[in-house]
Amino acid sequence: MSILSAALLLSGAFFFLAGTVGLIRFPDVHSRLHALTKGDNLGLGLIVCGLMIESGSPAVAVKLFIIWLLALVASATSCYLIAGNSEAPGGDE
Amino acid sequence: MIDPLFDPLLAIALLGVAAVALHSRDLFRGIVLYIVFGLLMALAWVRLHAPDLALAEAAIGAGITGALLLDTMAQLGRGRKDQPPSRLLQAAAFAAVAAFAAIALSAVLALPRTAGGLTTTASAFMEDSGVESPVTAVLLNFRAWDTWLEVAVLLVAVISVLVLARRLDLTGELTRIPPDPLLTASVRLLIPIMVLTGGYLLWRGTHAPGGAFQAGAVLGSGGVLLLLAGFRPLTAIPAVLGRAIVTAGLFAFTVAAAAVAASSFDFLRFGPAHAGSIIVAIELAVTISIAVTLIVLFAAAREVPVRSPTKEAPPYPPEAEGGR
Repeated sequence: MSILSAALLLSGAFFFLAGTVGLIRFPDVHSRLHALTKGDNLGLGLIVCGLMIESGSPAVAVKLFIIWLLALVASATSCYLIAGNSEAPGGDE
Repeated sequence: MIDPLFDPLLAIALLGVAAVALHSRDLFRGIVLYIVFGLLMALAWVRLHAPDLALAEAAIGAGITGALLLDTMAQLGRGRKDQPPSRLLQAAAFAAVAAFAAIALSAVLALPRTAGGLTTTASAFMEDSGVESPVTAVLLNFRAWDTWLEVAVLLVAVISVLVLARRLDLTGELTRIPPDPLLTASVRLLIPIMVLTGGYLLWRGTHAPGGAFQAGAVLGSGGVLLLLAGFRPLTAIPAVLGRAIVTAGLFAFTVAAAAVAASSFDFLRFGPAHAGSIIVAIELAVTISIAVTLIVLFAAAREVPVRSPTKEAPPYPPEAEGGR
């Protein structure tokens, strides 16, 4: 149990690291958004899976899963809004 | 109880983010780093075993205040670079802050190592307080005086904002953006969840971390989200009712205090028989009042369209703007 959740947490952390490196190093808004949203859905999903295994009760596990879904909705919406309103080609301005 | 790896990293990150936020020339970068600082502060409160404070910091400090700052910056102009103050002023400010920090540090170090404080006294009176959460008991029963005046301070703040913005209505200008289908859809999904979460936090405050301020902050954030998506959450109610709701928190608190004072000549001392129901009633009124206050603070500060004047967007809603 513990090794599995540790592996899941580490891979989630890897995705967040990759997203942060992308945020710093990519040249324009759209590629940075691409990197960041990977961290948000896959990275957070793996971390939530690791925590769900370690959580004591099914109620806490379901709440963690719902948190992941809400974070997905928020990150998808904000990614779309940022990309749509940015000054890069493909955006609105 | 200090985690050897996480806590020092968190402390260094707090100081680092604060330093970079204060030194960045770009306003937008400073505000984003301020939001990050709020999130790290919430983590710090969790590590200090204060989940109520962590909830309030995340909702108000990182959430609403961040949104307010970004909105204000959008109105001031995106590309504004701050002029750094003169060297003399910087040195004077640093000296004053260092002196204050030294005084505070010496005061903290002078405290006795193993004093229990008032924890034992407070826990002795927990059954008389009417609630099971020690934080709520302290905030709304043992130190109800402080919370009453805090609610009054919030009311003074919102009145000041309304006076400065020269508005008497609470609705605020809409941003002149066309409705965005994805934003509208996600708002439709998120708002019921936020209302449920606010109610849950309010109910939970009686026996676990939660309470009126956190619930009010979540509901207020929902209202701000509605404003940003182009809806006008306060137009459904007449303006007089809106103003009444903003004062409702202070009003309910004062009514409870006066009723208790009239019946037993004891100001803000809730007897154990009715303390539970009085506290819940006050918390409910304060929650709604805080939520509407936050929405008003956000709406009243907007006087100009957010989009830059070079690009003209069609006015929204397309019908006449006169209906407020």
